[in-house]
Amino acid sequence: MSAHASPGTPAPPASSLLASSIAPGRRFRNRLATSLVFLTVAVAAIPLLLLIAYVVQRGGPAISSKFLTKPIPPPLRKGPGMGPAIVGTLVITFWATVIAVPLGILGAIYVTEYGAGNHLARVIRFMSDVMAGVPSIVMGLFIFTAFTLKTHKLTGLGGSLALACLMLPIVIRSTESMLALVPRELREASYALGTTKSRTVLTVVMPAALPGITSGCLLAIARAAGETAPLLFTIGALQSRSNWNAFKGSNTTLSAQIFVNASQPFAGAQQRAWGAALTLIVMVLVLTVVARIVSSRLTVKAP
Amino acid sequence: MPDDTTVIESTVLTTGLSRKPEVGAGRDQPDTPETADPVFSLQDLSFHYGSYRALRNVTMDIWPREITALIGPSGCGKSTLLRCFNRMNDLIPGTRLEGRITFHGEDLYHPKVDPIEVRRRIGMVFQKPNPFPKSIYDNVAFGPKVNGFPRSELKDLVEESLQRAALWDEVKDKLKQNAFSLSGGQQQRLCIARAIAVKPSVILMDEPCSALDPIATIRIEELLSELKNTYTIIVVTHNMQQAARVSDRTAFMTAEVDDKGVRCGVLVEYDRTDRIFTTPRDKRTDDYITGRFG
Repeated sequence: MSAHASPGTPAPPASSLLASSIAPGRRFRNRLATSLVFLTVAVAAIPLLLLIAYVVQRGGPAISSKFLTKPIPPPLRKGPGMGPAIVGTLVITFWATVIAVPLGILGAIYVTEYGAGNHLARVIRFMSDVMAGVPSIVMGLFIFTAFTLKTHKLTGLGGSLALACLMLPIVIRSTESMLALVPRELREASYALGTTKSRTVLTVVMPAALPGITSGCLLAIARAAGETAPLLFTIGALQSRSNWNAFKGSNTTLSAQIFVNASQPFAGAQQRAWGAALTLIVMVLVLTVVARIVSSRLTVKAP
Repeated sequence: MPDDTTVIESTVLTTGLSRKPEVGAGRDQPDTPETADPVFSLQDLSFHYGSYRALRNVTMDIWPREITALIGPSGCGKSTLLRCFNRMNDLIPGTRLEGRITFHGEDLYHPKVDPIEVRRRIGMVFQKPNPFPKSIYDNVAFGPKVNGFPRSELKDLVEESLQRAALWDEVKDKLKQNAFSLSGGQQQRLCIARAIAVKPSVILMDEPCSALDPIATIRIEELLSELKNTYTIIVVTHNMQQAARVSDRTAFMTAEVDDKGVRCGVLVEYDRTDRIFTTPRDKRTDDYITGRFG
């Protein structure tokens, strides 16, 4: 690096392409930035790993076939039993999904495909953003006053409604962004064949966006399955027998049982809370893995 | 073996290149069929994107079973004009068309005309091959299915369309495979087959070869000359040699800049291709085809 290149002279000969000729300061900065990036990833991953390890360590011994199926014993008593909570989580999340997913997907289709730029679409998009920011306990209170107080009954359905309200903005947002990713060329190809708009959306746009929509919905479901606050008002979280009927009788969920049991001073109850926590984490994990598999299966390789 | 393929490829290439000297070299042009009725007739067509005028006062006729090429520099409105023919521009909000286009004498933009039906009868092939993320078979079958073609005859129609697009022999054993497994040139021929399958009378092509290599380009050009016997074809191209090789008529467009510096596409000259390339009447055409443009 003896000859300083003056402006206008051609670049130095090929020998300067060797790594050794890169200024040491630049190489140092490059290494520093790379290590910082790795460090931040590690810092972000540590709490997650610790949490999983701790829950497995404390909750693992509680897991047994009896734990997964038996009714929940009173807090004072030792012994397994979390069956009703697993049933409740499945039932309540199922109905929440049935309500929120179709509504959310249809809403997103309207916003991206039909209402592009119109006033109603903008309002819907804005409201769904606001809705996404509403704390879950407020959503629970809303359903409590709007539904539970009107029907005078604690049912699983109340919980499903509250969870559906929480899922809706997630479903709308993720579906919307997936639909927006479908290339314009694909839509034009369809229109150019004399296809109506609805047909194009149904047979071209939706299939192309399906993998992303599916994984977005499954993540919304996973998120709802772990919610506690909105359920405490609406389902009567102390139910100790399995109730598969969301429309009649009170219910309970794993998250609600974690809340109730962990706040008891009795060892048996605390043991069950850890077991419930582990069960819930595994359920959400399974759902997330399924989401991954489904979306990679459905993805058609682009050129 | 590798030697063999190289030989074949180079032969194809030479044939392709050897056509270039033919440009306007007293090619036997079919006599102008001006006695027939034009397929499209444009009168004082102007086109606006919002407040921006992209095309001004285009007047031209498109004749049946010919290839009409639209050439000109980037931004002169060739694609915009092409997309007026099948009302593809309707899909862009805020666009407006002035003047008149008739299709076999019928006003294309009459309020009672259904743009869906227009697009079924006037097919389109795009710059970038854009097959659906479906199987080869389903790509071709899509249009006919959507338009209510009887399912029992679908298989024959798919085969016929692929034959016409000169793709059948390459794909007949893998119709269930994903369309993306094809090469770029094959994908483009698949898109042509897909357009043919709905039995249009006109095919619009927006730079159909610009994303393809020279060999694939030549295959598409051969295909165009073949398709011309059945369809009226309008092709936008950046490639003047291509226009000279395949088209019967050429329209040269350019962008005019007004006093305020606003660009607007205009049709400079429209004539038989041999005349455009040998004896252009307008200086701008001459400058463009001889490479002195800009």
